[in-house]
Amino acid sequence: MIRTWITQHAFVLLHTLKSLFSTPMTSLLSIIVMGIAMSLPTGIYIVMKNVQSAAGQAIDLPQMSLFLKYDLTPQDLANIRKRLEEDPNIVSFQYVSKEAALYQLQQSSGWTDITIHLSRNPLPDTFILHTQASSSESLEQLRHAMQKWPEIEHVQFDSVWIERLHELLKLGRFMILMLAIFLSIAIIAIMFNTIRLQILTQQNEIEISKLIGATDSFIRRPFLYFGTLQGFLSGVAALMIIAFFIEKLNEELVGLTRVYHIDFHLQHLSVDDSLSLLIFSACLGWSGARISVASHLWQIEPR
Amino acid sequence: MIIFKNVSKRYADGYVALNNIDLNIDAGEMIFLTGHSGAGKSTLLKLIAAIERPSSGTITISGQNIAQLKLSAIPYLRRQIGFIFQDHKLLFDRNVFNNVSLPLQISNFDNKTRSSRVRAALDKVGLLKKEKTMPIALSGGEQQRLCIARAIVHRPNILIADEPTGNLDVAYAREIMSMFTSFNQVGVTVMISTHDGSLLEDTQHRILVLNQGKLAA
Repeated sequence: MIRTWITQHAFVLLHTLKSLFSTPMTSLLSIIVMGIAMSLPTGIYIVMKNVQSAAGQAIDLPQMSLFLKYDLTPQDLANIRKRLEEDPNIVSFQYVSKEAALYQLQQSSGWTDITIHLSRNPLPDTFILHTQASSSESLEQLRHAMQKWPEIEHVQFDSVWIERLHELLKLGRFMILMLAIFLSIAIIAIMFNTIRLQILTQQNEIEISKLIGATDSFIRRPFLYFGTLQGFLSGVAALMIIAFFIEKLNEELVGLTRVYHIDFHLQHLSVDDSLSLLIFSACLGWSGARISVASHLWQIEPR
Repeated sequence: MIIFKNVSKRYADGYVALNNIDLNIDAGEMIFLTGHSGAGKSTLLKLIAAIERPSSGTITISGQNIAQLKLSAIPYLRRQIGFIFQDHKLLFDRNVFNNVSLPLQISNFDNKTRSSRVRAALDKVGLLKKEKTMPIALSGGEQQRLCIARAIVHRPNILIADEPTGNLDVAYAREIMSMFTSFNQVGVTVMISTHDGSLLEDTQHRILVLNQGKLAA
């Protein structure tokens, strides 16, 4: 019984592959169209995910800069260090002397000329802190406390841009969701139409099969296989498009990151994400086929 | 085995194809249905296989009321019946063997059983040597025999033939009639519609006459 069932399904799968390859150009074109449609939201998703992970550490650990007053003794510096080490809210800190800050500034392209004309170093000594404060309230408290230290000129958050990025990413995620929904509908529509054309060419066979005792699931099976397979292959196409896109983009990014002295390149889609995409695209293909077969079977139902 | 009670069939446009039919067919009986074209012969046969649904009345086959059958149960009713359609309904994109194989594929028979049964059916109608031929290359009589092979391959209890000798010359028609007689002799209930009275002259079997949707006594 089970063996019969398996051979039945294997037969249908084989038949589906055959019909897919019997019109290679048509199949390939619809797979590419559906693949491109699918790669669009997925591509934006992967770029965003990369930006997010690049900004990730900064988001996890809010950064603060302590600008020190101009004339401080080494003892003052030692006091600050001691206090920072004792504060449980501060995960790590880094001291940047005014000389080091000036040197960094001179190293950055475009600033050399300006710094030559300075009579003295205008930059203050700075401590850069990573805090583990999670809410903006606790950050504010910390800032307030440190502002009262006698050696401190000014405390500045470096996390404003991160909050803005956060908001932008949120907006981005929303747009991806919208895009994904509409393109999913488009893919279902493409599948619906593909199956509709197939049903029209096989209307005779369907009608006769029904007249001699075929169940609806028997009639549906090859079309559902076709939809699922084509959806799956579109997912594969989308993965290939995205991999190609990321490779090319990384080549371009090499130049850009060299100029900005940062190490950043796009990561490929993770295995989990790739599998989800394949499963999702197969489901889309199946749904399109299912809706199409249901509506057309109803039309040719003898009443 | 097949019981019609007060069965009427009225189409959506108001045309009454069958009017208050009462009919009782025993298991293993062979029965002819005759009458002018448009008398309702095809409609009556189609009601048995639930290809048409009655407007009123009950049709019982082996104790099962066809008029109230759920859509999902219809395929299983049709598998008990071999139907030879007036317009043949052959699939011209596949060869003789695969045409006959279709009912077995639908009923999930395995490959081995399928080929042996298909060859047995083709042998009975004398088409065994043409199993690889495409239907388009067959003569009218051969196409008719192909339909018969497809109708008997799944060994139905009931065989229904709608004008099986329609376009055939008399010799061919007699040959086909003798095929039906031999199926009936192994216990199959056979119903044949024909407007060709000459075939019924020397028959021993019951003849039903339909006239404008009514059964004449």
